[in-house]
Amino acid sequence: MKIALGPLLYYWPRQSTLAFYADMADAPVDVVYLGETVCSRRHELRLSDWLEVAEILAAAGKEVVLSSQVLVESESDLKSLRRIVANGHFRVEANDMGAVHLLSSGDTPVRDWIAGPTLNIFNPTTLDLFAGLGATRWVAPPEMSREQIRALRDGLGHHMEVEIFAHGRLPLAYSARCFTARHYNLQKDTCEFRCLEFADGIPLKTREGAPFLTLNGIQTQSAQVHTLLGDLPAVCAEGVDILRISPQGAHTPEILQLFRQALDGLIPPADALHEALPLLPAEPCNGFWHGRPGVELRLPN
Amino acid sequence: MTSSRPIELVCPAGSLPALKSAIDHGADCVYLGFKDATNARNFSGLNFDDKGMAEGIRYAHDRGRKVLLALNTYPQADNWQRWTGAVDRAAAFGIDAVILADPGLMAYARKTHPDLRLHLSVQGSATSYDAINFYHEHFGISRAVLPRVLSLAQVEQVIASTPVEIEVFGFGGLCVMVEGRCALSAYATGESPNCDGACSPGKHVRWEQTPKGMETRLNGILIDRFADGERAGYPTLCKGRFEVNDETYYAIEEPTSLNTLELLPELARIGVRAIKIEGRQRSPAYVAQVTKVWRAAIDRVLAGGQPFRVEAAWMAELNKVSEGQSHTLGAYYRPWK
Repeated sequence: MKIALGPLLYYWPRQSTLAFYADMADAPVDVVYLGETVCSRRHELRLSDWLEVAEILAAAGKEVVLSSQVLVESESDLKSLRRIVANGHFRVEANDMGAVHLLSSGDTPVRDWIAGPTLNIFNPTTLDLFAGLGATRWVAPPEMSREQIRALRDGLGHHMEVEIFAHGRLPLAYSARCFTARHYNLQKDTCEFRCLEFADGIPLKTREGAPFLTLNGIQTQSAQVHTLLGDLPAVCAEGVDILRISPQGAHTPEILQLFRQALDGLIPPADALHEALPLLPAEPCNGFWHGRPGVELRLPN
Repeated sequence: MTSSRPIELVCPAGSLPALKSAIDHGADCVYLGFKDATNARNFSGLNFDDKGMAEGIRYAHDRGRKVLLALNTYPQADNWQRWTGAVDRAAAFGIDAVILADPGLMAYARKTHPDLRLHLSVQGSATSYDAINFYHEHFGISRAVLPRVLSLAQVEQVIASTPVEIEVFGFGGLCVMVEGRCALSAYATGESPNCDGACSPGKHVRWEQTPKGMETRLNGILIDRFADGERAGYPTLCKGRFEVNDETYYAIEEPTSLNTLELLPELARIGVRAIKIEGRQRSPAYVAQVTKVWRAAIDRVLAGGQPFRVEAAWMAELNKVSEGQSHTLGAYYRPWK
C-alpha cells in the first residue's frame, strides 16, 4: 500500500509552502501531487516554482504528479492547463474533462495519466472508457462508499491503480463564487488574497455553534476531518492501492507517519487513530466510507 | 431533430399538467424525467411513468414541440442497468434528445441508439470548450448545458470554439456550486445530486417551532432559524444562515433566483442556442407564468426592431415566483462572484 500526499488545497505563504515540501522529501510518502487545484488567483507559487519543487521531490525518490485545476473558467485557465499537460516530464492528474481532452487527443496523446477525484467516475463502464484513453490510476470521488468502490473495481475490464481519499477535510464543493472574499465583503477579483491568513480554511458553524463546513476560497470543505486511519484493515482488504492524505495546516508529517506505521503493522490502527486525534484541526468523521452521510463517525469494532 | 427557432425556450415539466402548461404558453421544448434516481429531480410526486410519458410526448409532438429527457445522474456498478434501460425506453418513446452526464452512459447511448440525439447535462460540469469538445469528439453530443459559473464573455468564448450548441440557464433556482461538483448534501444526508438525484431531500427535513424561533434542520443539522414574521424558507443547505468568525449571515448564498432576462439580447448576439428555465419541482402555475414571460421576451428579441427593453410587468411576474422574491444575475455579473 502506497501513501500519497494530495495537492495542497489551502493557500499558504510561499516560504511556508516551500518549507512544507522540503520536509516531504524525508517524509514516509510515496506519491506527491503538486500544483494549484482550487483558485487561479493564487500565485505564491507559479508553475515554474511547482516544477522546481517537483524536481527536488523526484530526486528524493518520490513519484511526483502535477494536479490540474478543478474549475476551469477563462482562456488563461486553459493556457495554464495546456502548460501542465505539456510539461513533458511528470504525470498529470486530470481534474476536469478539459484536461482529459488535452491529455487524450492530438497527435501525441499521453498514455499514462491519473483520473482525478472530481471527474465523477462512478461506474466500471466509465472508468474502462478512461482507461482506454490512457488513464492508469483512478482517484475515487470521496463520497463513494467501500461497497461502491469494490463493485466498481470488480467490474473493471482494465487493470488500474485505485486511490482513495483517506485523510483530511473533505473537498465537498466548488463554486464560481469565492466564499472567503464574500466573508470580507470583497469581490473575488479584488480579494486581497485573504486565504493566506487561514492555513486550514475558515470554520463555518451552525447557529447553535456546531462545526459544519470550512470555507476555502471557491471550495467548500467539511468541518470534520475525514480519516480512515481506524478503518485500515477494511481498506487493505478492499485491495486499494494508494491512500491519499490531504495536507493540513500543521502536523501533516506526523499523520503520514501514523498511517505508515499502522500499514506496516507497527501500531494497531485503533491506536493510530487515537494518537492522531490531538493532531487534527477538528473532530474526525468517516461516514462516506461506510455508505453513510459523510459527517458521521463509525468507530472501528 | 432539426430546430425551428434561432433560440429555443426549454421549460421544466415535473408533471403532465406542467408539461401541457409549458407547451400552451410557448415553450419550444420541455424537459422531464422518469420517476426514479435516473434524473436530478428525484422527488416524490414528480416525474413521469410510461403512460404519462407517452401522453406528454404526444401532446408536445402534436403541437410541433420537442421533449428532452433528463438522465443526468451518475449510475453505479450495481444499478447500471436501470440507467441503460432508461436510455432504451427514451429511444423507444421517440424522445427528441436525452440529457446525459455520465460518459459511460453516453458511450452506451451512442452505440445502442446511433440516431438518438445527445445533450450534455449541466451535471457534466463542462465549463470550457476543451471539456465540451471532449464529449463531442467521443460521443457526438449536439448540445451542452453550461454550468452557472461563466461570465458572458466566457460563454461567448466557449460558443466561438466549439461546434456544439450551447444552452444556458435563464431563470430559476440557483445552484451556487458548480453543478456536478457538489457533495454537500451527501455529506449532510447521504443523498447527493450526483448519485441520488436529490439535494437536501425532504425526508431529512425537520421544521420545529422553538422559543428561539422556527428552526429548520437537515438530518439534525441546523440550517437556519427564523424570527416571528420572517418567512421560513426550505432548508437547502447552501442557502441557510451560518456563523463565520462570530458573524451570522448567508455565508454561501441567499435564497434567491437566477434571472437573466435583461441579458437576453446579448445571449442572442453571442449565439446561445437555447435558454433553460429551472423548476421541475415547481407547480404548473409557475411553469405557465415563467414560460409566458420568457416567450414574450424572446419573441421581442427575435423580432428585432427597436432596442430591447425589459418590461416592468415581466420582472414583476418573475419576482412573484422567485425564491425569496428576489433575483440575481449570478456569475454573469462579476461582483456576484
